[in-house]
Amino acid sequence: MQQHWKRLADGVELAVTQTDKFKTGLLAVALTVPLSADTATTGALIPEVLYRGSRKYPDMEKLSAATDTLYGASLSTGVRQRGESQCVSVLCSFIDDRYALDGSAVLEPAAALMGEVLLDPDLQDGVFRRDYVESEGANLADRIQARVNDKRGWTIFRLIQEMCAGEAYALDKLGNAEQARNMTAEKLWADYQFLCSGAKVTFYYGGAAQPARVEDAVRRSFAPILTGRTAPVDCLVVAEPKGPVRTVTDSMDVTQGKLAMGFRTGGVTIGSGDYPALLVCNALYGGSANSKLFVNVREKQSLCYYASSMLDKIKGLMVVSSGVEFSQFDRAQESILDQLSAVQKGNFTKEELTAAARTVSNSLRGRADSQGQMEDDQLTRLLFHFDQDGEDLIEAVESVTADQVVEAAQKLKLDTVYRLTGKED
Amino acid sequence: MDKLEYTTLGQTVHHCLLPNGLNIYVDVRPEFGKQFAFFATRYGGMDLRFRGEDGEWLDTPAGVAHFLEHKTFDTEDGNALQRMAANGVDPNAFTSSSMTGYYFDGVQGFEENLRTLLSFVSVPWFTPESVDKEQGIIGQEIRMCEDDPNDEAYYRLLEAMYVNHPVRNRVAGTVESISHITADTLYQCHRAFYRPGNMVLCAAGNIDPQQVVDIAREVLASEPSSAALTDHGQMEPNQVEERLTRRTMPVSMPLFALGFKGTPAAKGAGLRQRLVAELVCDVLFSPSAPLYNRLYEQGLLNSSFGGFYSDGPGCAFIVADGESRDPERVRDEVLKEAGRLAAEGIGQELWDRLKRAAYGAMVRRLNSMEDTCVELAEAYFDGEDYLSFPQVFQSIERPDGEGLLRSWCVEERAALSIIAPEN
Repeated sequence: MQQHWKRLADGVELAVTQTDKFKTGLLAVALTVPLSADTATTGALIPEVLYRGSRKYPDMEKLSAATDTLYGASLSTGVRQRGESQCVSVLCSFIDDRYALDGSAVLEPAAALMGEVLLDPDLQDGVFRRDYVESEGANLADRIQARVNDKRGWTIFRLIQEMCAGEAYALDKLGNAEQARNMTAEKLWADYQFLCSGAKVTFYYGGAAQPARVEDAVRRSFAPILTGRTAPVDCLVVAEPKGPVRTVTDSMDVTQGKLAMGFRTGGVTIGSGDYPALLVCNALYGGSANSKLFVNVREKQSLCYYASSMLDKIKGLMVVSSGVEFSQFDRAQESILDQLSAVQKGNFTKEELTAAARTVSNSLRGRADSQGQMEDDQLTRLLFHFDQDGEDLIEAVESVTADQVVEAAQKLKLDTVYRLTGKED
Repeated sequence: MDKLEYTTLGQTVHHCLLPNGLNIYVDVRPEFGKQFAFFATRYGGMDLRFRGEDGEWLDTPAGVAHFLEHKTFDTEDGNALQRMAANGVDPNAFTSSSMTGYYFDGVQGFEENLRTLLSFVSVPWFTPESVDKEQGIIGQEIRMCEDDPNDEAYYRLLEAMYVNHPVRNRVAGTVESISHITADTLYQCHRAFYRPGNMVLCAAGNIDPQQVVDIAREVLASEPSSAALTDHGQMEPNQVEERLTRRTMPVSMPLFALGFKGTPAAKGAGLRQRLVAELVCDVLFSPSAPLYNRLYEQGLLNSSFGGFYSDGPGCAFIVADGESRDPERVRDEVLKEAGRLAAEGIGQELWDRLKRAAYGAMVRRLNSMEDTCVELAEAYFDGEDYLSFPQVFQSIERPDGEGLLRSWCVEERAALSIIAPEN
């Protein structure tokens, strides 16, 4: 497996992982802009409207027929959040040429199709088609309103809204339902123009093709966005809670309660020297099946149906998410905090530490077995330019000491607690 | 040991049948960092009635296979989950309506982890206290699923479609049904279903197949055993039990699951039926087929819409699910389109294109060691050769799809389950 990287223009980069271990190739392009209340909705809506059709394949039926013909290539457009940035992406996964029954190349037509979808949409009066904008605006609004259906995700979403109020991070990467429903083709088109000319542009390919062949395909299919641009990518890291712990409670018609707790990491993020220690600390505390939360809070005390912790490595946050009986909110919260103070006091065994480090290093190593995960990692790397590559980080994780874990745990400060409880009737 | 070569796909699978009846499949992938092992029993949510050791037929409460899955991780000296997690791997398990599978992936310590996996799955350890405690944990899980509108729509659909077949039971059972489970029930079920002749082991990654076989020989019982005998109830009628079922939940838009009750495949024809039925799903529900696009443009469907085929011993069905402002209209439109295609025929261009796409999608899926192992296990239980799919595709033609549309996708075989918003 070989990594290649090339700057195609200022603010335009291409990364390639060349390997023949997969049956497929994956090509991705991401346009990244700051997450802001003014453009979040358009950033989320543009990929949906693009997916409705290009000039050459003006409706979903024709577009989908085009991917069918490329041996069921999986083409997708979407929006992702990276820290306080919004990334509009087009991805395509397609079988490698070796498995094409008629022996034809698949990479070049796949790149061409992606280029057409991103850069040559079907227009009406010089702007996006109004019918597409209207129906996708309605769909996006529905999706935003449907967030509440997934209670586990909703709880974390609400926690972040409360905890990071006033920070760009708290904005919904899907934007605002009201704006989505009332979006005009003109506004969307104007924002799309900015996205194409002003966003940071990153390409990624993983698969068997030579980097030169990939670059050639990219240059041919994406010429209009291979122009130089200054597009800094930033994220505000709030090291400490701004005040005392806040507790927010919502009630809804649910049979199981949800409890989410948000912590600041003391400014430790992906680029920090103590990032490896934070990764191990999180695994030991709540990020694995032998973590303190899983073993004690879930299994031994049966206080939660699930209880786990996760990090946002760019923003410098840790979130504990759990499902609890309504009557157990206080006990569960207390127990979750007790487990953290155990880690902060160094109350863990050598075995727990080794297991946690191994969980992290194994999961990092395993990411190279998935093209999708490699793409996701490369996007973060291309945007934030941290130096540690996969192997260095793995080595650092494996040499994290107990003291370093304690130090990372002591930097974790509880900021906000969110409870979703039932409706009294 | 045999070596099965699949040249079109560039795959080699090593196979071995142990004297104790266990079949082992190893998909060697030297380039991968991870190793994956999947140890499964032909035992799922629908296997409630079976023949016990003494030859008597036993009836067990709904949810017992899933309950057993949870308790299987317990060992006399603790819990296998933590033991394997301490080794840096995250073991897990799932129970479907016809299978229970235990698996782990990891990048080191494969041999030790495989030993642990085989050992904790094959050696039962249940106590009344731990069964009591699990009733609480699983009760929570069941309640969580009952809060999930998608799960609810799906199970209500199965209840509407099937009169007798136990696929209509929720895999996890109900809070009431699992309250009847005791440590004895679990031992009985374990004895019947967790014997090598009723199981399969599939592994993939950068591993030595001989080593996998040696470890299985060493850890598992050596006496020969055979597959368990199960009873899935009386012959199921072709028509559905109820055509429409509906309830309200706190959802923002109505959700629905639309089902067509099919005919189970003859022995040895399961893979072929699956590929035909999946192509029929594409013909009806794929974004590159006419119906989806039309309903999407009319605002009757959104991108959450999709369809799939599912089968098990004695049952086979097609489901389409999604969100819609008017699920009944969607059902009517699907029935109309199925009738039209059955009468006028499926366009050759559409059929060829969908076949090519379906082939590519299956090739893409082989990237995943997990998916590949689960498919190999399922295919073994069904007496199929999964990786022969390129050849099976070549033998499938339009009339196969049209025949299935004509017999399955009709009003008396259709059921619709709706979850509507509260107000």
